Amino acid sequence: MSTERNRYTEFRPRWYRPKMSTWWWLKRWSSLAFILRELSSIFIAWFIYFFLRLVHALGRGDAAYREFLAWAASPGIVVLNGITFAFVLFHAVTWFNLAPQAMVVHLGGKRLPGALIAGANYAAWVVATALVLWIVSR
Amino acid sequence: MVDRITVEVARYRPEKEAEPSFQAYEVPCRKDWVILDGLNHIKDHLDGTLSYRWSCRMGVCGSCGMTVNGEPKLTCATFLADYAPGPLRVEPLRNFPIIRDVIVDIDDFMQKLSAVKPWLIRDAEKPLAEGEYRQTPAQLDEYKQFSMCINCMLCYSACPVYGLDPEFIGPAAIALAQRYNLDSRDQGARQRDEVLSKHEGIWSCTFVGECTKVCPKHVDPAGAIQRYKLSSAMGSVKDFLMPWRGK
Ligand code: SF4
Ligand code: FES
Repeated sequence: MSTERNRYTEFRPRWYRPKMSTWWWLKRWSSLAFILRELSSIFIAWFIYFFLRLVHALGRGDAAYREFLAWAASPGIVVLNGITFAFVLFHAVTWFNLAPQAMVVHLGGKRLPGALIAGANYAAWVVATALVLWIVSR
Repeated sequence: MVDRITVEVARYRPEKEAEPSFQAYEVPCRKDWVILDGLNHIKDHLDGTLSYRWSCRMGVCGSCGMTVNGEPKLTCATFLADYAPGPLRVEPLRNFPIIRDVIVDIDDFMQKLSAVKPWLIRDAEKPLAEGEYRQTPAQLDEYKQFSMCINCMLCYSACPVYGLDPEFIGPAAIALAQRYNLDSRDQGARQRDEVLSKHEGIWSCTFVGECTKVCPKHVDPAGAIQRYKLSSAMGSVKDFLMPWRGK
């Protein structure tokens, strides 16, 4: 937009337009954290695929499930899942911390403080985790 | 005896240089001096050719934004002594074309700003006899934060999305659109939506969040954008489920 409209004139003799480096995201921790958060979506996708395979194997009976377990226990998959777990955690935590910025909740005519909105997200997370643990350990 | 500090200022003289370089000046580092005082000292006593913008020197006009040691700052609201013993580097705001020394071209931002129609829009004005448009404190609170913007463009300077894609309408323009959208007296949301819901509008934003961190007025432009995304998405879902909903 700017390059076309602001044409070269006598009074604006020569612009200098610095280029952004390809490695801009390595220059500060906050940019790196942002890129990592974007990257985490790949691992989330893998996690969902893994989970769907698990459900699929379960649906096809005992043998298929054992086969799935053997595949899941292979070193490559274990390492990948370890990394995935770290990224999923990172994704969840950064997402919950950002939630209050995107959501404004009113209750009884008052605007709820951001900490409460983030807190509610964390609380829901804890409840869901507890529920899963309870089901698994029953 | 007053301490001194070295300030390395970016110089760019388009009539004789192809690209910017740094020039070092030594200025007094007084406890009550902001960076702008240091620049004024240079201009008045050391080198009258240095060019930069400023006006109010009290964080209101938004014209003194520069990159200080890599961070976008209002130079009238940033103390020299915080950078002692120095040296500190003063550069033009990033992501804008440089005209001279630390002065950047702001036309692009000015065009974007007017594109979002940052004024109260009414379908029809009510007759004068009916009196003023009243607003409760709660209604004022809805948009007050966004009205604090001083158009300093630090948020554009901090935004990698704007740096990579200059078509992006940008943080402050969207925050100011929201300032009017959320005003109970305004009826222009549909008109602004034409600009905001384009790809170069809110959907270019990937929520890096740097704009909010650097904003000297706590406007939270990143929050404004995400809130708009949320209401825009909800609006499309409602339009889909209830096509008869009034346009
Ligand atoms: S939103 Fe903040 S950083 Fe951006 S122009 Fe307005 S006051 Fe400056
Ligand atoms: S000189 Fe006005 S904001 Fe700094």
